[in-house]
Amino acid sequence: MSDAATLGVHTSLTRMMMRRFLEHRLAVVGGVVLVLLCGLCAGAPLLEAALGLDATEVDLFARFEGPSAAHWLGTDELGRDVFLRLLYGGRVSLFVALTAALAAAVIGTAIGILAGYRGGWADALLMRLTDTVIALPLLPLLIVLAKVDLAKLGLPAEAAHGEAAQLWRLIAIIALFGWTTVARLVRGATLSVREREFVRAAEALGARSTRIMLVHILPNVMTPVIVATTLSMGGIVLFESVLSFLGLGVQPPMPSWGNMMTGAHELIWSHAELVLYPGGLIFLTVIAFNFLGDGLQDAFDPRAARR
Amino acid sequence: MTAYVTHRLLQTLVVLLLMSVAVYGLIWLMPGDPIDLMVSANPDLTAADGARLRALYGLDRPFAERYLAWLQAALGGDLGYSRQYARPVLEIVGPRMANTLILVGLSFVASVALAFPLGLIAARRPYSAADNAVNLFCFAGISIPPFWLALLLIMAFSVGLGWLPAGGVPAEGGLGAEAAHLVLPVATLTLGSVAAYARFIRGETIAALRLDFVRTAQAKGATPWRVLTRHALRNALIPVVTVIGLHFGTVFSGALITETMFAYPGMGKLIYDSIMGNDFNLALAGLLLVTLITLLSNLAADLLYVRLDPRVNYEGART
Repeated sequence: MSDAATLGVHTSLTRMMMRRFLEHRLAVVGGVVLVLLCGLCAGAPLLEAALGLDATEVDLFARFEGPSAAHWLGTDELGRDVFLRLLYGGRVSLFVALTAALAAAVIGTAIGILAGYRGGWADALLMRLTDTVIALPLLPLLIVLAKVDLAKLGLPAEAAHGEAAQLWRLIAIIALFGWTTVARLVRGATLSVREREFVRAAEALGARSTRIMLVHILPNVMTPVIVATTLSMGGIVLFESVLSFLGLGVQPPMPSWGNMMTGAHELIWSHAELVLYPGGLIFLTVIAFNFLGDGLQDAFDPRAARR
Repeated sequence: MTAYVTHRLLQTLVVLLLMSVAVYGLIWLMPGDPIDLMVSANPDLTAADGARLRALYGLDRPFAERYLAWLQAALGGDLGYSRQYARPVLEIVGPRMANTLILVGLSFVASVALAFPLGLIAARRPYSAADNAVNLFCFAGISIPPFWLALLLIMAFSVGLGWLPAGGVPAEGGLGAEAAHLVLPVATLTLGSVAAYARFIRGETIAALRLDFVRTAQAKGATPWRVLTRHALRNALIPVVTVIGLHFGTVFSGALITETMFAYPGMGKLIYDSIMGNDFNLALAGLLLVTLITLLSNLAADLLYVRLDPRVNYEGART
């Protein structure tokens, strides 16, 4: 490691982390891929206008066309432009994943700090809850939750069945089970932070525990939050795609990478490329998030000895 | 030890009981209603008949009362009838369970057999070409969507090469045909597990290789292979065995995707089909059975951990 050579020179902690991160080449590649993907998907409407196409336009006389100047990746079973649908699908998939991960991070951080700082029975209870959630058969439960009819709970039909409601519900379901990694890591970090002098000082000055947790502990456990959230992103993208593929997540006609493959069992016999594109993009996204998370972990964790 | 095991068993029972309440509630919230389905399927039934049927089956009673009645029957071994199959739930679940155990068991053996060599090759020389290759494979295995992997395998070996069947179970042909139908599902299930295990074995072995007693062993002149397998791996085994045990439950419930993709008649596909087909009794029993197996495999992993590591005492492990 080149630390020895630069010891004399002033190096900030951030610079050191930055260098360690950049040393992890695959993580950098993962980050660049994700930025490009997000940019492309975000710019889908602009590209749509530039190409003079309509991503939702059905043309039954132009089904399953090969790639052409007009349709870069050809058309699907309803004659819609595959390239644009992939970008719009990516918008939905990435939006669901990012929002669910953010919600999971908030839940996990709250539980982790509370358990770590309070200790005692609160810690025992919350960690038992975490262990229990980890021990549950996740996939079958997600499927049941996705199928539940909210109208039976007395919600108005449009709030229970609308397109937007379906999307938010998917996010809520994934967040409900996705917070455990963050909670565990944050609890561990909180346990060490709470013994530090500045927390002791704040306690001696009479700060309330809410203030200590929010002002003194939270900023100091952001590192594990960021690492754990990045690491759990891959899993969340996978869950969204599985549920949508099974017809329980994002509902057509709204495209997502998962539901674009719903008819895959027939398509693989004739038009395999329609299955290869969305699945490949999910794979690319998940592996990029996993590399990025691995790199962040290495960069932030001084104990992770490398080379 | 006995006290610890009893404590953990009780805990598992409590979680299972809580889950049964939650799942019972969720099933009740499924779209569709068994009586409505009966009434709409049979033109001779009127709305008044529907109401009478509802009273007959106790569906007009409050939630808590219905749940307790179900629990009482379930504890007596009566899980009700399946709507789709018109047979007692327990009769259907048994063979399905056996099928999933075959699938998951084969994949489990294959994963462990492949993960140890891979993990050790990687750990022997960290950041060498071999390690990088294993690492890349592991990341790919963890990141690939399982249903897409299943589709890729079907595309390559069934559609393209025509070597293996795309799914289902053979009606005839004996053991050979059955084995041919198992190859792709087992492969799909195995790739993800191998990747996860190999990565963990690599990490734990590298960590163990840095410990003092390994240096002592090296100084004594033990061969690198002996140091790796007898000194480093043996110590890495404790967390590895635990994680593999914990993973078993995940694989068991995750087999749902593989089973659905290959039309393999196991528990996962049964649960999925019963949820999609409004077969409430069957879905409820299936979900709780899978929960029980997941919880038990976690319990086994925990107990194994306490048993393997003499430094962990039962009292300490309880908190």
